Amino acid sequence: MREAPPGGKLPMKVAVCIKQVPGTTEVQVNPDTGTLMREGVEAIINPFDLYALEEGIRLKEKYGGAVTVLSMGPPQVESAIREAISYGADEGVMISDRSFAGSDTLATASTLAATLRILGPFDVILMGRQAIDGDTGQVGPETAEHLGIPHVTEVKMIEGIEGNRITLHRMLEHGYLRLRAPLPILLTVVKEINTPRPASFKGKLRARQVPIKILRAQDLELSPEIVGLSGSPTRVVRVFTPPRPTGGKVFTGEPKEAVENLLRTLEEAGIPLKCRNGS
Amino acid sequence: MEGIKVIIETCTGCGLCLRACPYQAIELREKKAWITDKCILCGACVEVCPWKAIVIAGWKPLPKEDLSRYRGICVVAEHRFGKLSPVVPEIVGAALALKGQFKSAPRFVSALLIGTGVKTLVEDLFAYGVDEVWLLDKSGIDPFAEDILAELAVRAIRERKPEIVLGGGTVMGRSLLPRIAAKLRTGLTADCTELTIDPETELLRQTRPAFGGNIMATILCESSRPQMATVRHKVMKPASKEMGRTGRIVELDYKVPKSDFEILEFVEDTSQKIDLTEADFIVSGGRGLGDPKNFSYIEELARVIGGTVGASRAAVDAGWIPYPHQVGQTGKTVNPKIYIACGISGAVQHQVGMKGSDVIIAINKDPNAPIFTIAHYGIVGDLFQVIPELIRQIRSRESGEGAS
Ligand SMILES: Cc1cc2nc3c(=O)[nH]c(=O)nc-3n(C[C@H](O)[C@H](O)[C@H](O)COP(=O)(O)OP(=O)(O)OC[C@H]3O[C@@H](n4cnc5c(N)ncnc54)[C@H](O)[C@@H]3O)c2cc1C
Ligand SMILES: Nc1ncnc2c1ncn2[C@@H]1O[C@H](COP(=O)(O)O)[C@@H](O)[C@H]1O
Repeated sequence: MREAPPGGKLPMKVAVCIKQVPGTTEVQVNPDTGTLMREGVEAIINPFDLYALEEGIRLKEKYGGAVTVLSMGPPQVESAIREAISYGADEGVMISDRSFAGSDTLATASTLAATLRILGPFDVILMGRQAIDGDTGQVGPETAEHLGIPHVTEVKMIEGIEGNRITLHRMLEHGYLRLRAPLPILLTVVKEINTPRPASFKGKLRARQVPIKILRAQDLELSPEIVGLSGSPTRVVRVFTPPRPTGGKVFTGEPKEAVENLLRTLEEAGIPLKCRNGS
Repeated sequence: MEGIKVIIETCTGCGLCLRACPYQAIELREKKAWITDKCILCGACVEVCPWKAIVIAGWKPLPKEDLSRYRGICVVAEHRFGKLSPVVPEIVGAALALKGQFKSAPRFVSALLIGTGVKTLVEDLFAYGVDEVWLLDKSGIDPFAEDILAELAVRAIRERKPEIVLGGGTVMGRSLLPRIAAKLRTGLTADCTELTIDPETELLRQTRPAFGGNIMATILCESSRPQMATVRHKVMKPASKEMGRTGRIVELDYKVPKSDFEILEFVEDTSQKIDLTEADFIVSGGRGLGDPKNFSYIEELARVIGGTVGASRAAVDAGWIPYPHQVGQTGKTVNPKIYIACGISGAVQHQVGMKGSDVIIAINKDPNAPIFTIAHYGIVGDLFQVIPELIRQIRSRESGEGAS
């Protein structure tokens, strides 16, 4: 771990993990493996990860240093990485290998952790609070555990960094927690943390030209049993579309009549809308 | 140590095994892992080493027959400020339901309770119907110091070997359980909405929404133990509370490590007072309101029925109402008894946050708005007429004047 020069800037080595997710929820499922088929769907950067990226760029601006973006996935994640560079990331790393296919959160976290260890050490690793496809939010904490560093989820503000300690606000039900933690640390962030900037012209130019580093399974020296499907303890055995109610009772016509009908029907169904607050 | 070996050439001295070892039996000597005689060959280090640099002679990842050494269902009893989290009775309810589905042999439901001065909660846990409480009540355990909570929980789980571990789909649960699962190198299914025991294999079938609720997935964890899941809040039926029930207390006596975290303060957030996730009644407004001041319609209706105000992203993005009110994929997921959507088209991203509501009522002037495909009841009409009418009739019904 590097020491901060007294009173001076701490050059920050920041990593941001971004996931490419389908921009639509019209997803298809591979009937054999039960995994999602991502081909042919327009892909976007997971919305929460853009806040992680922005926060990384802000840390760099405040304390000096560099932001590395990494993304694990099929070859097309390159476009997500280049987009991240257009927003201000310094370098991009793509973690892509056929043997990673079918990774669950544990295997994804093992792979990301191995990558972070090889490229690091990083002072701060930022992730989104969850990916909008899997919706698990597990990859962050699991990666931190594999790295053997602390993590804090749902961070809504970084108050500051002094020496090797970072002060954070973490969202919780009914409020937030102020806490101080040591670096290096892994944080997952929520939307409140910032407003991501748009891509700059300069950034867009760089994004087109800058080489993207590609890491394969062999570069990570991970044993095959802990990556991909074989490194994934969970197995999806069934995927189905939840039964949708085919529309309910809809009342039309004059508001007075429609409201009367609605309230009567609700009452008959045993779910009356009641006045619960005096007059 | 006999049987266990560090392959010096491959060991990178990363130190992961040191942290994984529940018995503090590994040291770093000249930047390599060194196994001391505290080792009991539990294999945690072997599992955790990404370089495969630690081997136990003849050790293989958990042979099938070993899975049967794991028995029972353990509920992680989350608590804060001396109270059990509201999700705990729900998880206990789920666990008790699972218990009844095992046919081969009876199972116990245990609650893992870790903290300082938490003994008082044991009674509550028994009242909800757990058979056992695994209690670690020692000084110096902040309920927010997840790093040490994870370490202590892992120790208890390794020792007591439950086949299933369930936690709350709360902020803490969804942070702590992944940490535990990764330490144990086992699977974890996030935010489950349905749990059952497969009648043949007696494996835990964990069903959860993915893709923002557009698809449901059933997940198994076949070859590692425990099978772990977090349970979405407000979905499972809470266990009923009967004071006076008792059970067995298993006192755990572990040394409490020092946390890396310095918890400074918990700030109650008044902007979060609008606790949508706990609300039983929600009235939400969308772009159809047309203007920020028209949120007064929503607020008034919410006030009358004792509900909380929600919003679509369009309304939040327009700056009509702050973000904590947003319902949907990038906002909150809510499960109220009644959800009234006013002037909201019902885009999938909105639906995923409110589909789980018991009853959905839509008010929209467009009969083709997608919200009507998921609403149980709806009124096609102008909300500026419908809402005041609704308020008027609800009030007059109340005062017994009939609906005229
Ligand atoms: C990655 C991503 C994440 C997202 N996350 C969320 C999320 O978390 N939550 C969310 O809500 N959205 C989210 N969205 C946005 C979502 O796709 C929709 O754009 C949004 O929900 C639309 O909000 P709305 O229904 O209020 O507006 P509109 O779609 O514009 O609908 C307004 C409705 O009001 C009706 N209306 C108009 N005037 C009246 C009147 N006088 N009386 C009655 N009805 C009237 C109209 O018929 C229309 O149906 C997300 C989008 C993306 C891409
Ligand atoms: N394949 C991936 N590549 C890079 N980062 C990822 C990947 N999967 C998940 N993440 C990160 O982990 C966060 C949580 O994802 P999840 O646990 O899948 O909900 C995301 O917001 C990303 O920051």
